[in-house]
Amino acid sequence: MESLTLSDVEQKYYSELFVYCDTDNTKKVASNGRVLDLFRAAQLPSEVVLQITELCGATRLGHFGRSQFYIALKLIAIAQSGLPLRVESLNSVKDLPLPRFVVGKNEAEARHAALYQDADSQGLYPAPGTALIPRPPGRGHQNKKDVSDLLPYDSQPEPTSPVISPHQSPPTSPHSWRKHKRQHSGGNADRQQVVAATGAVWTQFREPQTGDVTGDGMWSSHSPPPPLPPSQESWVSFTADTPPSSTLPAMHPSSVQESTTIRTVASAATTNEIQRQSSGYDDPWKITDEQRQYYINQFKTIQPDLTGLIPGSAAKEFFTKSKLPILELSHIWELSDFDKDGALTLDEFCAAFHLVVARKNGYDLPEKLPESLMPKLIDLDDSAEVPEPADEVGYSASPVEVTPNKSPSMPSLNQAWPEMNQSNEDTAIVHPVPIRMTPSKIHMQEMELKRTGSDHNHPTSPLLAKPPELSEETKLPPSMKFVAANTVGDGYSSSDSFTSDQEPITRQRSQSGASPDALKAVAPPPPPPRPQQSHSRSSSLDMNRTFAAPAAPGQPQPSAIAFPPAVPPRPLPTQGVPAGGAGLTTTSPQQIPQQPNFADFSQFQAFAASEQPSSLPDIDKHSEAGQVHKISEGAGPLRAVKSDGPADERTSATVNSAKGSSGPLAPPPKPVRRRLKSEDELRPEDEQIGPQKAGAIAAPLTSQPSIPRSIGKDKKAIQASIRRNKETNTVLARLNSELQQQLKDLLEERISLEVQLEQLRPFSHL
Amino acid sequence: MAVCIAVIAKENYPLYIRSVPSQNELKFHYTVHTSLDVVEEKVSAVGKSLADQRELYLGLLYPTEDYKVYGYVTNSKVKFVIVVDSSNTSLRDNEIRSMFRKLHNSFTDVMCNPFYNPGDPIQSKAFNGIVSGMMVQTG
Repeated sequence: MESLTLSDVEQKYYSELFVYCDTDNTKKVASNGRVLDLFRAAQLPSEVVLQITELCGATRLGHFGRSQFYIALKLIAIAQSGLPLRVESLNSVKDLPLPRFVVGKNEAEARHAALYQDADSQGLYPAPGTALIPRPPGRGHQNKKDVSDLLPYDSQPEPTSPVISPHQSPPTSPHSWRKHKRQHSGGNADRQQVVAATGAVWTQFREPQTGDVTGDGMWSSHSPPPPLPPSQESWVSFTADTPPSSTLPAMHPSSVQESTTIRTVASAATTNEIQRQSSGYDDPWKITDEQRQYYINQFKTIQPDLTGLIPGSAAKEFFTKSKLPILELSHIWELSDFDKDGALTLDEFCAAFHLVVARKNGYDLPEKLPESLMPKLIDLDDSAEVPEPADEVGYSASPVEVTPNKSPSMPSLNQAWPEMNQSNEDTAIVHPVPIRMTPSKIHMQEMELKRTGSDHNHPTSPLLAKPPELSEETKLPPSMKFVAANTVGDGYSSSDSFTSDQEPITRQRSQSGASPDALKAVAPPPPPPRPQQSHSRSSSLDMNRTFAAPAAPGQPQPSAIAFPPAVPPRPLPTQGVPAGGAGLTTTSPQQIPQQPNFADFSQFQAFAASEQPSSLPDIDKHSEAGQVHKISEGAGPLRAVKSDGPADERTSATVNSAKGSSGPLAPPPKPVRRRLKSEDELRPEDEQIGPQKAGAIAAPLTSQPSIPRSIGKDKKAIQASIRRNKETNTVLARLNSELQQQLKDLLEERISLEVQLEQLRPFSHL
Repeated sequence: MAVCIAVIAKENYPLYIRSVPSQNELKFHYTVHTSLDVVEEKVSAVGKSLADQRELYLGLLYPTEDYKVYGYVTNSKVKFVIVVDSSNTSLRDNEIRSMFRKLHNSFTDVMCNPFYNPGDPIQSKAFNGIVSGMMVQTG
């Protein structure tokens, strides 16, 4: 058997343990059962224990003699400090910490702890409160220093904080305090006392350490006394199995019983501690003052500003050092990050730290954040947990006093808004206004709307609000206009989409009072741009063809200026209409802000009156405004012709009004046609429309009277104009038929597309 | 109430999938997997032109005889899929939307947790709680 030299401390300790194990009172042999229990309490892996027993020779002997026992204990100490198990190391390793045993050795430990307290405390620490603190560390303090060399911890300037990692801190902080006191002679005796008491409390919390001392050292890397823990561990052998409260009183009474004077003091301290602890047990999550102070100091190491935030990454690093499993750390984070901002305020940090400490000591994590750990803010949580009125913590540092539920974070917020808008509008779409199409279509359009989201919202509802979209059509029949624009915006949607759209649209529609008419007007134009283009092409071509020649003699300049579709209208006025231009020009200021339809209108007016060539300039102005003009103008003449045809006998006023009503430009041909069909209805609509129209109407009207005069004056001229009108009429009729044909084609196309859509989306109706 | 709720990562592997245990879970896994195709189709259809205001809620992806599948996509291409029992006809679209919103919020909370590595399976208790609240109560 190798000879073994033990220090005094070790000698005492080991003999104590031997006595403890010597249940048979043989004074020679420690009972195997006890020994094995003791070894198990050392928290070493079983193979290490086996190795130890082998090395010490017990397996050889079959029992633990005193020497074997001592050797085994020494080997345990070696193993616990992380050194390889070597027989040679028995004697070579100097200043080895005492082996630690955690479970069930309360009395023994308490007893010899008391012994050590007697031995050391007096010598080193006058403060009575510190009596509780493991004394052996005092002795072994130097040892620890050496051992600390083995520990890879980030050196942190000692004076900064007497604070140590949580699970060690409570026990070690007293040490650090003591050390601090010794070395710096600073020391707050009171603090020490308090801290010491706390240390006692915490030591009892100590969960069986699975990690070895080095591990602990690493965790406490930010604190100076990593050396302390080992020594402490040796003393701290309170069971963490039993509830701390029970152990605490159990331990203390036992220790108290064996008291010396120091003991009594210690017991006093412990009783205080017990009281505090018991009150703590009413609320096991309560953070004591010293704990809080410790946490605050730790917070400072990461974030000097106590009102600031610790970013998530820094907190992650910090808490990862605690060696808790990531899952638990994640759960702790969820509990403690109250405002869900990815950062920790001081309160949140303290709560998290406290939870880590508790978890390390064997407490299970709660499902919800305990009240006492709630950040000291106005708690908007619907769980209605009242924030504890913390005394010292005025740290309403947490910047966000937001309901955790409510606004979790920006991304969710941001995306919540459009969603809400969507949903609002979805809910707003209660019943489409006059829907003439089949429900499926409505649904399809709704789906379309939902899919494209706000895009639809824009074109649809704000249509009225967004005249600019429709290029100048601000005033004139907005309903008409935006109907057209809607169709422009949405390839699929027919008028139904608008009807089934959000309320504003329906409202607008109703405003326009265009019930059937508007709808009719709305219904036709599928993809306005498409037909427009084709139309423009065709119409322009047609018009060009038809009107190029007549236009030539007329006023070429307007035609030149106007875009192809605009051509047709121009020739018309040129063909026949002398100047009602005066009237037109007077109205032009009104017209210009208004839709180009007015231009058409006036054109037709002039046209009909065959006296208003000046309409062309007006047309020009309008047409220059936008593409839509062309089409509308193209439509205008159409309209005019049509209206002229059937309504020759009618007063030009009515014709004018009809034209005026045919405001919408967008798919001019189609709406125009519609309007033509429903002139009569449109007329009353027009009358509702507005003063401008009235004005516009008035203008032509005023020009009308001039006609009779001119007629009266120049019958021949009139007859010539009639002839021209008739020619224009035929041309326009042809154009009309062609456009009708196109319309039919497009409608068919649209229907087929819709059918396809239905097939692709069978689930459109919900 | 939902019968199955799944969170799919951007790379189309599941981060979280949970179904009412009484039923065949594998079936739901398969359903969610097939719904991914529909999600892709919807996303690609809309996304090109309107990348800024793409609708997050995708709506009903496809119905089967037993249940309906709803989809939702976040801006980071994380997909949420909810499978609802067809017999539960009273579920309005708004309710589905609110379920997705809650899911998204609690998913964001999970993301904010520095201990959560994006791409890991979601093991948050809070998230589980939210999901449980949304699942069918029976079974």
